[in-house]
Amino acid sequence: MIFIKHPHDLRDHDVTDEALYRQRRQFLKSLGGFALLGAGGIPLLANAAGEDEPTPYEDITTYNNFIELGQGKQAPALRADKLRTSPWTVTVDGECEKPGKLLLEDILKQNPTEERIYRLRCVEGWSMVVPWLGFPLAGLLKRFEPTSKAKYVRFESLYDPEQMPGQKSRAYDWPYVEGLRIDEAMHPLTLMATGLYGKNLPGQCGAPLRLVVPWKYGYKSAKSIVRISFVEELPTTLWMATVPDEYGFYANVNPQVSHPRWSQRKERRIGEFRKRDTQMFNGYAEQVASLYSGMDLQENF
Amino acid sequence: MHIREPYFSKLFKPAVFALALVPLALLGWGVWQDTLGANPIETVTRSLGEWGLRFLLLTLLVSTLRRATGWVQVLRLRRMLGLFAFFYGTLHLLSYVWLDQFFDWEEIWLDILDRPFMTVGMLAFVLMVPLAATSFQAAIRRLGRNWQRLHRLVYPLTLLGVLHFWWLADSKVRTDMPLVYSVLLALLLGERLYQFARKRGQGRVLSRAGGSSGIA
Repeated sequence: MIFIKHPHDLRDHDVTDEALYRQRRQFLKSLGGFALLGAGGIPLLANAAGEDEPTPYEDITTYNNFIELGQGKQAPALRADKLRTSPWTVTVDGECEKPGKLLLEDILKQNPTEERIYRLRCVEGWSMVVPWLGFPLAGLLKRFEPTSKAKYVRFESLYDPEQMPGQKSRAYDWPYVEGLRIDEAMHPLTLMATGLYGKNLPGQCGAPLRLVVPWKYGYKSAKSIVRISFVEELPTTLWMATVPDEYGFYANVNPQVSHPRWSQRKERRIGEFRKRDTQMFNGYAEQVASLYSGMDLQENF
Repeated sequence: MHIREPYFSKLFKPAVFALALVPLALLGWGVWQDTLGANPIETVTRSLGEWGLRFLLLTLLVSTLRRATGWVQVLRLRRMLGLFAFFYGTLHLLSYVWLDQFFDWEEIWLDILDRPFMTVGMLAFVLMVPLAATSFQAAIRRLGRNWQRLHRLVYPLTLLGVLHFWWLADSKVRTDMPLVYSVLLALLLGERLYQFARKRGQGRVLSRAGGSSGIA
């Protein structure tokens, strides 16, 4: 599903009515009560295969992987208040004609946001549907006039152990670095997100500026970005450096290529009981498969 | 330390039994009240597994505690704690097979074959089965000396349980809890090695006088 709305045709009833989700959960809960184990959080009878309902705001904002704010799914939300997102500057440098330092406000002035509802698939085998607010990355990048040497784009997240207590851990080589091939970065689906459900991004979701690459596993979508660099060589990402046999550069969602700890054939959509089949490129094959034609995806995982 | 009868059998032991069920009750309550987060199936599965491991370590703590404090009665809790380890281990496996994989046997089989953390976890469970199956009085009597030999499997299987947790741990870098359990297990095994070495030292003296020794 790609669901793009432009600001002018976005009315407030389009941005999701949370009360409706709560109602739905209540319904599932009453169904689940008949089963031996569980109701509430484990809707035993819910199995809406194939449907892509936006995941409730509460789930999107309390089940996060953001190691800078802490380990485990709940820690990031609990510590998000430590993150100061204003003022926020982004440095753009490397192989481009017009490098520069920009204030977030100026970026937002130049790049009007729109709502995009994307599936999000985590490498750990769970998924969500997120109504993002953001702007295409390509529009932002083009202003800096990348040169022909710009083969890759490197994204760097904030490094400040005071704001991000997880960075006191020596297990990783900070800062968090991610990267895309330039054609991936320029792809119309690639989004720079600033909000979700019509609100500003909360800290645990990568405020104030995060990448969203819906056909790749979630960890490619760097959060709280402070630096964007055009580079000639393939950038080594934090996960490639930390666990090279588990995390590759491409990280395209691919049910055929399993991770050492997780089969990628299926996924649990948050809020659902039965797993659903994972789709090639997270269901965006039609739009992005051509980027990888002729490539061995088993090799380039 | 000694708890007088009938207080030990009628009060203390039942209290430990009830306490051992608290984690399960809390999980059940959490499911009912929807307080287990966005992915309750993951929370339930992991929590059950961790409790299985904790009860294994508690079971191993029993004889160490007896040696350290001289509290002999504690030995009468060992079978119960061991069976609770098996109980939580079984629920953990059930939670994986039912809630997580929903009886997708092909996927489960691939998991066990391809993923080392699953292989060792499954092996730990399989090794627990004969111990649980021979935990009653008649089996102990019938097996005689072999019963003790068989039940030494608790050491390798606990080791496998800890390893299962290590290898699962998020991206090989989130290792706080696996580390805690490893240290505890190392202490418990270390104490036994120490006792073994000490007894062997004594045994040499004794064997000259025709004695023998063993350690459990």
